[in-house]
Amino acid sequence: MDRINTTPIQGSNWVAFKTIITKEVTRFTRIWVQTILPPAITMSLYFVIFGNLIGSRVGTMDGLPYMEFIVPGLIMMSVITNSYSNVVSSFFSAKYQRSIEEMMISPVPNWIILAGFVGGGVLRGLLTGFIVTMVSLFFIDNIVIHNILVVISVIILTSILFAMAGFLNALFAKSFDDISIIPTFVLTPLTYLGGVFYSIQLLPDFWQNVSKANPIIYMVNAFRYGFLGKSDISVGVAFGLIFVFIIILASVCLYLLNKGKGLRS
Amino acid sequence: MTKALSISNLHKTYSGGTQALKGIDLEVEQGDFFALLGPNGAGKSTAIGVISSLVNKSQGSVSVFGHNIDTDLAKAKQNLGLVPQEFNFNMFEGVEQIIVQQAGYYGISRKEAKKRSQPLLEELGLWDKRNSQSRELSGGMKRRLMIARGLIHSPKLLILDEPTAGVDIELRRSMWDFMQRLNEQGTTIVLTTHYLEEAESLCRNIAIINQGEIVQNTDMKSLLAQLDMETFVLDTQGLPGNLPAFDGYDIRQRDENTLEVDVKKGVGVNGVFAELDKHNISVLSMRNKANRLEELFVRMVEKGSDENVSTANGEG
Repeated sequence: MDRINTTPIQGSNWVAFKTIITKEVTRFTRIWVQTILPPAITMSLYFVIFGNLIGSRVGTMDGLPYMEFIVPGLIMMSVITNSYSNVVSSFFSAKYQRSIEEMMISPVPNWIILAGFVGGGVLRGLLTGFIVTMVSLFFIDNIVIHNILVVISVIILTSILFAMAGFLNALFAKSFDDISIIPTFVLTPLTYLGGVFYSIQLLPDFWQNVSKANPIIYMVNAFRYGFLGKSDISVGVAFGLIFVFIIILASVCLYLLNKGKGLRS
Repeated sequence: MTKALSISNLHKTYSGGTQALKGIDLEVEQGDFFALLGPNGAGKSTAIGVISSLVNKSQGSVSVFGHNIDTDLAKAKQNLGLVPQEFNFNMFEGVEQIIVQQAGYYGISRKEAKKRSQPLLEELGLWDKRNSQSRELSGGMKRRLMIARGLIHSPKLLILDEPTAGVDIELRRSMWDFMQRLNEQGTTIVLTTHYLEEAESLCRNIAIINQGEIVQNTDMKSLLAQLDMETFVLDTQGLPGNLPAFDGYDIRQRDENTLEVDVKKGVGVNGVFAELDKHNISVLSMRNKANRLEELFVRMVEKGSDENVSTANGEG
C-alpha cells in the first residue's frame, strides 16, 4: 500500500488530447479488418468497374481520361465516409458501454474531448485516403498534382467537417440504428450525387443548380482542382463553405456537449 | 477546515417529473470514512451522479474540497475519484490500457501513469492480468479494476458506489482491508453499500437517504446508541419440553435447542444467564440476532415510508 502514489498531480490538456487520439488510433487499427481493409477493397472495385470496364467506353470527362477524373472523387469519398463512421461508431459505442463516463468525470474540457474524437476520425480518414491513393496507382500511370496545398488543406478540412458531423450524429443517437440512418440515407446519396463520377456540367441547368445545394459537390470539386486544376465550381467558395460548416458544427457540438445532450440526465 | 464534500439544498427532478433528490444537505469531513445508505431508488446514485458531473442538478450546490462544481469544476473533478456501481469501461480494452488512459484524461503522462499503475494493480491483484481484455475478467476482478481506475490520479475524495456488490466474502474482506488502509493514508472515502455490516465496521459517520431526503446524518456510534433493545440468539442444552416462565425477560423458543431473548440496552445479559441457570438450561453459545445497523436502517426507512403514506392519505 505504501508504494501506491497518493500525491495528486496537476496534468495538462495536451496529454489528455494525446490520450484520446491514441485511444482512437488503437481502436481503429485493432479492428483494421472492419475499418481499413473494406475501403481499399470497395475502391479497388470502383476503379475496376467504373474506371476500367465502363470508363474505357465513357472516354473523357471535362477533357480528362475518365479514370483520372474519378480518382480524386473516390479518394474524397473514402475520406468522408471513414472520418464520419469512425467518430459516430466510436463515440456512440463509448456512450452505449458508458465508458464515456471515464472522460466525463475527469477534468478534461469538452473541447478537448471533441478535438480528440475528431482527430481520431481525421486520422482514419487520411489513412484510408492514402490507401485509396496507393490503390489508384495500379490503375493510372501516375498521379498529377496541380496544387499540393489545396489537396492537403481540402482533405484535412473535409475530414474535420465530417468527423464533427459523425460526432453530432453520435450525440443524438439512442440506438445502433440511429448511427446507420444518416450514413445510409443522407451521406451516401449526397456523396454519389456529389460529382464523384460525373461533372455537373453534364446536367441540365436546373439540376446543376440543385446539385449546388449539395455541400459535397464543393469539396469534391475543390479536391479535384488540387489534383487536376479543373473544377465545376469556385475553389474559393468551396473553402468558404467548408470553413462555415466547420464553425457551425463545432459550435453546435460544443454547446450540446456542455449541456450534456445524450450524455447526462 | 475545508470540507471534503459539501452539499447544500440539492434538488434533482428528472425530465419525467420524478423527484430523486428533495433538497439534501450533507457535509463530509476530510479524512472521514463516510457511509451513504438508503434503499434502492432512494437517491444515492443520483446524488453521486451530481457530485461526479454525470447528472445535471436541478438546484443547490456541491463543493469538493472547497471547489464548487458550478464555478470550479475542473479542480473539483481533480480531487474526486469515482468507483461506480455498474461496469462502465470499454470491454474490448486491456486492463492496463484502461488505467493508463484514465490517467491521461487527468493529464498524467503515459510514463508516469505506468509507474503509478503497477503498485496499484499489484495491490489489487490485477498485475498478472494487465494485458488481458477487461471482458475476460471475473466479476470481482472487474470491480477491482474500477477501484484501480478511480485511484490512478490519487484523488483526495473517493466515492465507492457499492464496490463489493456480488463479490465473495473472502474478496470482500480483502477489499475492506484495502479501503481501510487507503483511508488511513488520508483519502476521504464515501461509501454506499447494501451490506450494512460493511458500513458498520468501516465507517465513522453515516447518512441515511430515503425517498430523496436525508433521514439521518450522524456518527456511527450515536446512531447505534439509538438502539434501545438488542435481540440475542442462544444455543442451549437441556431445554425442557415446555418452556417455563422467566422472571423479567421475554425469552422465546425458536427450535429444539435455540432461544431468543430481547435485552434492554444497559441492563446486561447476566440476568438472562442466571434465569436460565435456575431452570438448569446451559448456554453453549450466543450471538446477536441481526446486524444492529440493519435493524436501525429498516426502522428508519419504514418510518419514512409510513409518514409518506400518511401524508398522501391526508393524515399528516
